[in-house]
Amino acid sequence: MLRGVGGAAFLAGSAAVLPMFGTPDRRQDPADCRAPDRSSDRRLIVSNWPEYIDQPDDGYVTTMDQFMKETGIQVSYTADVNDNNEFFAKVVNQLGACEPVNRDMFMLTDWAAARTIEMGWIQPLDAAKVPNLHNNLISSLQGLGWDPDRTYSAPWQAGLTGIAYNKAKVSEVGSFSDLLTRPDLKGRVSLLTEMRDTMGFLLLKNGADPADFSDDEWGVAMEDLRRASDGGQIRAFTGNDYVQDLAAGNIVACEAWSGDVLAAGDPNIEFVVPEEGLMIWADNMLVPNQAEHQANAETWIDYYYRPDVAAKLAAWVNYICPVEGAQAEMEKIDPDMAADPLIFPDDATLAMTHSFMALDEFTMREYEGDFADVTGG
Amino acid sequence: MTHQPQEALVEPDAVGLGSSGDDPGEGHETVRGRGGRFTGYWLMLPSALWLALFFLVPFYSLIAMSLYDPTGSNLTGYDMTWHVANYVDTIQAYWRPLLRSFWYAAMATVACLVLGYVLAYAIAFKAGRWKNLMLVLVIAPFFTSFLLRTLSWKLILADEGWIAEGLRTLQILGEDGRLLATPFAVVAGLTYNFLPFMVLPLFASLDKIDNRLVEAAGDLYASPARAFFKVTLPLSMPGVVAGTLLTFIPAAGDFINAELLGSPNQRMIGNIIQNLFTNQGDYAAAGALSMTLMIVITVGVVFYIRRAGTEDLV
Repeated sequence: MLRGVGGAAFLAGSAAVLPMFGTPDRRQDPADCRAPDRSSDRRLIVSNWPEYIDQPDDGYVTTMDQFMKETGIQVSYTADVNDNNEFFAKVVNQLGACEPVNRDMFMLTDWAAARTIEMGWIQPLDAAKVPNLHNNLISSLQGLGWDPDRTYSAPWQAGLTGIAYNKAKVSEVGSFSDLLTRPDLKGRVSLLTEMRDTMGFLLLKNGADPADFSDDEWGVAMEDLRRASDGGQIRAFTGNDYVQDLAAGNIVACEAWSGDVLAAGDPNIEFVVPEEGLMIWADNMLVPNQAEHQANAETWIDYYYRPDVAAKLAAWVNYICPVEGAQAEMEKIDPDMAADPLIFPDDATLAMTHSFMALDEFTMREYEGDFADVTGG
Repeated sequence: MTHQPQEALVEPDAVGLGSSGDDPGEGHETVRGRGGRFTGYWLMLPSALWLALFFLVPFYSLIAMSLYDPTGSNLTGYDMTWHVANYVDTIQAYWRPLLRSFWYAAMATVACLVLGYVLAYAIAFKAGRWKNLMLVLVIAPFFTSFLLRTLSWKLILADEGWIAEGLRTLQILGEDGRLLATPFAVVAGLTYNFLPFMVLPLFASLDKIDNRLVEAAGDLYASPARAFFKVTLPLSMPGVVAGTLLTFIPAAGDFINAELLGSPNQRMIGNIIQNLFTNQGDYAAAGALSMTLMIVITVGVVFYIRRAGTEDLV
């Protein structure tokens, strides 16, 4: 009897506290959520993606070492952004509550950058302190819908998504149709877990425009992906790790990022521009709310938009260089690279690129859910 | 059943701790009187607080999450609205990976039990002076990260690795056959990763068995096999129960093995939950699915322990 009463009281108490576990509205106003600038202590904390900056080598002075020497700013650089969603989950609580994330800068891909800016988590850059950004940004990355004047973001590197294949094992894979249907590739193909990259191609393959498509077109593209996955054509959906699988022979062809393929330096692995087109994206430098060294971050951005620095960086990371004038500087470092359309794409290549349209929160959830239903069994 | 004699043994001891031991009742009083009536509760306080902070609060938060209004979002905020339909929706959407997880975990547990029993038996009865070394070897893999060990299985089972090539040469594996990205790889990975959790409890209960009981069975004309099934196996049941639980429960919720060694068709419920949390930002569905997993496992475990008849030993 007493136990029954105690149990009921416990249940009632539990029920009463449950509503307290809701989550707050996480939108912030960057104007109210600033930290006093402490740039005078010459420090800068940067979070970036792995293998995205030049590394010290015998006698080679990295762009970051040069930056520290020129400016006297001590940089703590961590490669701890592995995935846009994971990084987002890591910082959502702090940024959503206007608390510091203990970083002065992090880099996110277009759509994720757009999301953080829309949430009011990102500080506007002082245009007077980043003249190189506004003078030297290549035209194809200007005027994007989510940050038309580059008030909040500065592209670090851009990249193309296309197809890579191992030419020692199979004949050329020239299109996504081939990739998803050719019987000799069955079970030895991987696609990327980045929904926007993969679905961009599926949309293109089915005649839709990734920058502006309808729900029906999405459904058709999704059905196409499902057919390929159920039929066993696709072995895995991966992040960067497809490079190892491709080199190890576990897969023979895959959807791939241009820079990875160039950086792998394997003569048998070839990057091709699919017949359907290319997807283009950029990773953007962002200064979060409550960053303590914003002025130093701006110095960094301006420095990396110098053509000579940009060329040096591009020579190492092999992605698309977002800086006008870097191609001329690259001539001095490595003429072959200066002519490489995967680092300095010509107008013909750029004309084939597509970007993915911005999605609101619920469309995103729905589309990510559809995508996960296929990639997740 | 073994309770009675043990308690009888404890009684005189407790009395011995008391003042003089002439009256058992008085002895008890003294023991209690020594540290005050609430000493026990005070001593429990740190662990109770720890439990409240790191178990109860997250647990309530998870229950609340599973009842969130699904039209909220992590960005604009979620409200707890007793939206029980989350459970129905998610089970309808994800019953396949849910069943698959239990199926893979069950296969891995059986594999662990068979391999682990043999190993634990060998360590307990046959290893002699190698006993400690073998135990260290069982634990040794823990010195490296779980993730790294699973990743190295990726290399071992690779399509062009020597195992796959060897099996193809022996015609066991077909011409295009592969090991990686199959249910086999996932179950093998689970088995490998959770084997120590099976071996250690098994060893602990096998090691305690008085060998004279087995000898006595032999003296009474039991064959070695019969002695094993009548004496050793029943006495090792606590180890079997503990080992299977320690293997099955984490294996059912694991997502690393399916992620690294499987393909989309082998995704387990852990992968689904992880994706709902991080990629879709659908906390309501993720919470409901986590709760479902927890409830099913708890009910299963209670039922299993009842059936195994070892409530008081686990």
